[in-house]
Amino acid sequence: MARAILYDSTLCIGCKQCEEACAKRWGMPYNDKVAAEERISAHKLTTVQTFGEKFSRKLCMHCVEPTCASVCPVKALHKTEFGPVVYDEERCIGCRYCMQACPFQVPTYEWSSRTPRVKKCNMCYERQMAGKPTACTEACPAGATICGDRDELIQVARKRLAEKPADYFQRIYGIREVGGTSVFYLSAVPFEQIGLNVKVPQEPIPALTWRALSFVPDVVSAGGTLLGGIYWITHRREEVAKAEGRKGGHK
Amino acid sequence: MSMLNTVRRNLTFWRVVFALIMMGGLYATFLRVVYGLGASTNLNDQFPWGIWIGFDILCGVGLAAGGFTIVAVVHIFNIERYKPILRPTILTAFLGYVLVVVALMFDLGRPDRIWHPMVMWNPHSVMFEVAWCVMLYNTVLALEFAPAVCERFGWHTTNRWIKAISVPLVILGVVLSTLHQSSLGSLYLSVPSKLYPLWYTPFLPVFFYISAICVGLAMTIFEARHSCKALNRPMHMDLLGNIGRILAVLLSFYLLLRFHDLRHREVLDLLLVPRMETYLFGLEIGLTATGMAMLFFRRIRANADALYVCSLFVIFGFLTNRLNISLTGMEAASGTHYIPKWTEIMVTLSVIALGFAIFRFAAKYLPVFEEPHEEENEAIAEPVEAEELVLMR
Repeated sequence: MARAILYDSTLCIGCKQCEEACAKRWGMPYNDKVAAEERISAHKLTTVQTFGEKFSRKLCMHCVEPTCASVCPVKALHKTEFGPVVYDEERCIGCRYCMQACPFQVPTYEWSSRTPRVKKCNMCYERQMAGKPTACTEACPAGATICGDRDELIQVARKRLAEKPADYFQRIYGIREVGGTSVFYLSAVPFEQIGLNVKVPQEPIPALTWRALSFVPDVVSAGGTLLGGIYWITHRREEVAKAEGRKGGHK
Repeated sequence: MSMLNTVRRNLTFWRVVFALIMMGGLYATFLRVVYGLGASTNLNDQFPWGIWIGFDILCGVGLAAGGFTIVAVVHIFNIERYKPILRPTILTAFLGYVLVVVALMFDLGRPDRIWHPMVMWNPHSVMFEVAWCVMLYNTVLALEFAPAVCERFGWHTTNRWIKAISVPLVILGVVLSTLHQSSLGSLYLSVPSKLYPLWYTPFLPVFFYISAICVGLAMTIFEARHSCKALNRPMHMDLLGNIGRILAVLLSFYLLLRFHDLRHREVLDLLLVPRMETYLFGLEIGLTATGMAMLFFRRIRANADALYVCSLFVIFGFLTNRLNISLTGMEAASGTHYIPKWTEIMVTLSVIALGFAIFRFAAKYLPVFEEPHEEENEAIAEPVEAEELVLMR
């Protein structure tokens, strides 16, 4: 049973309670200055963004096949069976490939630290494991953010689209994007108008690099054989020369 | 006498430049170590990879590709004529790779954990594969260069051991290079929605590989010219001219593939869009194509200066390509603008300067440019036919 989050932009009132609850859960300071920031960073793992009269949230999408986990050379990031994509700071070497590769620009870095870590939402992994909702869900007074089973949330979202067709742009963001995410968005307007990236591929990104990586054994075996073979052929002439009694040859 | 004075004055000038760069580099290192990446770079969450990755690593590894190319030509294809340039090329490659690791230590957030990929595996990660390849290839290069050190200090037993494993070593080196030179391109396969479509293609690894071989050959010409001038040795113009010929053919092949790739992906009309990416793409292709076109002329290939200019065109075309992919091509999607901080530039310059200095030092005290003695030479007396046969392929 994989957990997920459904964020309904049409219900969001922009109160930023989710931001404050998130900061509190991570033990990060939250004040007016932080509240005014509309960009996620190492000290603000979720943010409410304003687009005219519409709101949107930004947080880790917890992709079904996360790019960050596939590119990390030391498996510091991984997708749990439970749904969240979690980070193990003890393994991280700080190459920042996860940040470079994430199609949603989610992982952030502690740039001013001497021992920096990657920071990102982990869908309140330990809270959810203990049967509690995510901090942002608990804090939301409008029911705009809810969490639950991924398949059930998709059903909830579909029902909302069907029941109030006039209120919604008739799509769920997160079902097909990068092969599926564990955070879904509903919106009154096309998703690009609330700042969502609609240019992300519709297939899982790890497949793109794996396609290339799967050729590694081929290159090693076929390349090694070819090179060895060429060596054998080109150096055969020396053996011939030696056999014919000419000067030179291998020592 | 006046010429000697000029040389002396030049040397002093370059020494001053070197000292200034190293001092700047040391101060930048201090800032990096004490105040972290945030204070010593212009990187941020939107733009996490700068010139330390884009130039020091992507360009550095590519420029060191001459190592495996010439090793393959001499040892695998058995074209013995190129032996005189073998050692300097291996030395350059070895230094190049060592300096790439040095640069990586600056860029990693936790350089103390650089060994983690050895014990914490993720075979699905391109970066993991590159890490292992570079690690192993550094070892291979060290062993390939070791005979020069052994000869210098008379360690004949060690030398014999290394010679005994030289064939598998050479094959391993070429295979490892093929893997990681292409994989540096695969790194960018994971950014389909971020890298500008003039550069993003499923064939990135193939293009990285071919262009690395090209720039490796160009670097061989470049280095030969510089070391011959500095050490007052004659240039092997016949060899270098022939490398130029091979380079011309490879570059035409490469540029045609690049064109066909754009055509198949149906993005050729992007070339008409007036924006920065278009111009920089034009610059990249223009530099490479100019170098290629010049190399088709016998008179240019036979002229040391002109051949050197060709190599510069190819090298700068290559650098533009790698920087386009790692920096300019990534900017538009990132929503930010990146210009390297002085500290980033200073560290990069110091790394390059260090490379030049160590090369000169090694060339002076180790038998890098000397022809190997007859009894150490695995060559046969008349390898001419074999050469011609291979060259015709």
